[in-house]
Amino acid sequence: MLPRSSTSFNDPSREAEKEVQVILAAPSPDRELMSAADVGRTISRIAHQIIEKTALDGPDAPHVVLLGIPTRGVTLAARLARNITDFAGVTVPSGALDITLYRDDLNIKPPRPLEDTSIPDGGVDDAVVVLVDDVLYSGRTVRAALDALRDIGRPRSVQLAALVDRGHRELPLRADYVGKNVPTSRSDNVKVLLTEHDGRDGVLIASHGGPKR
Amino acid sequence: MSTRHLLSAADLTKDEATAILDDADRFREALVGREVKKLPTLRGRTVITMFYENSTRTRVSFEVAGKWMSGDVINVSASSSSVSKGESLRDTALTLRAAGADALIIRHPASGAAQQLAEWTAEPNGGGPSVINAGDGTHEHPTQALLDALTIRQRLGSIDGKRVVIVGDILHSRVARSNVLLLSTLGAEVVLVAPPTLLPVGVSSWPVTVSQDLDAELPAADAVLMLRVQAERMNGGFFPSAREYSVLYGLSQKRLAQLSGDAVVLHPGPMLRGMEISSSVADSSQSAVLQQVSNGVHVRMAVLFHLLVGAGREAISA
Repeated sequence: MLPRSSTSFNDPSREAEKEVQVILAAPSPDRELMSAADVGRTISRIAHQIIEKTALDGPDAPHVVLLGIPTRGVTLAARLARNITDFAGVTVPSGALDITLYRDDLNIKPPRPLEDTSIPDGGVDDAVVVLVDDVLYSGRTVRAALDALRDIGRPRSVQLAALVDRGHRELPLRADYVGKNVPTSRSDNVKVLLTEHDGRDGVLIASHGGPKR
Repeated sequence: MSTRHLLSAADLTKDEATAILDDADRFREALVGREVKKLPTLRGRTVITMFYENSTRTRVSFEVAGKWMSGDVINVSASSSSVSKGESLRDTALTLRAAGADALIIRHPASGAAQQLAEWTAEPNGGGPSVINAGDGTHEHPTQALLDALTIRQRLGSIDGKRVVIVGDILHSRVARSNVLLLSTLGAEVVLVAPPTLLPVGVSSWPVTVSQDLDAELPAADAVLMLRVQAERMNGGFFPSAREYSVLYGLSQKRLAQLSGDAVVLHPGPMLRGMEISSSVADSSQSAVLQQVSNGVHVRMAVLFHLLVGAGREAISA
């Protein structure tokens, strides 16, 4: 509230009061969206959901393969596989699928190094493949992953798990398992931290950090 | 890469060379056990190979590399093109540029041909096709050096600090030149073993040690690279007889026993069995000759990826 004053609001002496503080102009510090405990809980929840949705603990359990998209998706896939073993007592293979060579922006972005690909023994033919990524954003990474998968084999079905869905999809795709839906601006930068890479678990959002990709 | 061409192994910094080797390993991983050996990465790119000398390994592996990445690969050989009617290299190159080549891969008997080609086909705005040297005379063959380095790294775990002995016809060998440059960039210690007649002038300024005694060098070697005696480039007597050369500089079964059990034997091919390498050594478990060939495909995929993919290719060189 502006302080009451006897002079008119149009009086030049009150010009200073009209100053609007531009909070957004300064880069805000990273804000925590998910704590380490949240991340652990969320991964457990997704593991339970995968077990339920694919009937993994049932008598006619399908062959489920978790494929992480480098780099943090691979770590998430491995953790999900461990959780599924703990909860349902079944072993689910997990691997890595690098999609760099399938990106649709190869010729408009600077070159990027390739990442590891490791398809578990037994392949993906007739399996239920769960693609795992840390952040779901434009959907272009997932499209590239679907293209890459087509060259590797013919899964029975493909599902998608993401720790964070930050919106702004540019393709008609949705995730089957979402850890947390986060409304973001395109200029925000969502960072997923995992102990294996970053020393601790957590999800941070930085405004004005520029788009992640 | 500092330029959009790959003309010499000296063009590559340690980081760039390591990045190409890393990506070559990734290409192998990405394609292993696949039903469809096809990546969409070079879709819409035209790669033309110009081979003015005969070749099996290099031409085939460049062609396979380009095709596995969905590039359009066209082969031009001297005998079946207008070259046989007397067209100059420059006119042929400009024709291929006009036909829409994104990359020209050249093998030519004249040293410096690749460099010339890059200058002739460069456009004033900095555009023009990428030129890859697939062997120019007795000068350089950088992709061969990359695949040799990759093979050594896969067999020994690393290149830095390893002792690589290159044996044979150094004088006529573009493979030796490129390997000396690349391996010393990557931190290896390079030893050349050759008769004095087959050492180039100025070898004393190279980052290598030179020896005439193969037996003395073998026990400490981590890798031995045998070179073919290039009779087609020899017009004179460089050694008294093939038999003497074979006795002094050939890798026999007896010499193989002097190597440490982990040491790896390489040969760029084509091998002259019984001349520089005995048949039993070539087929032994320490020989990496066929591993070199499959690495050749992956290294060339990585080179094409680095040269042809990515934004601002023209802008970088302009």
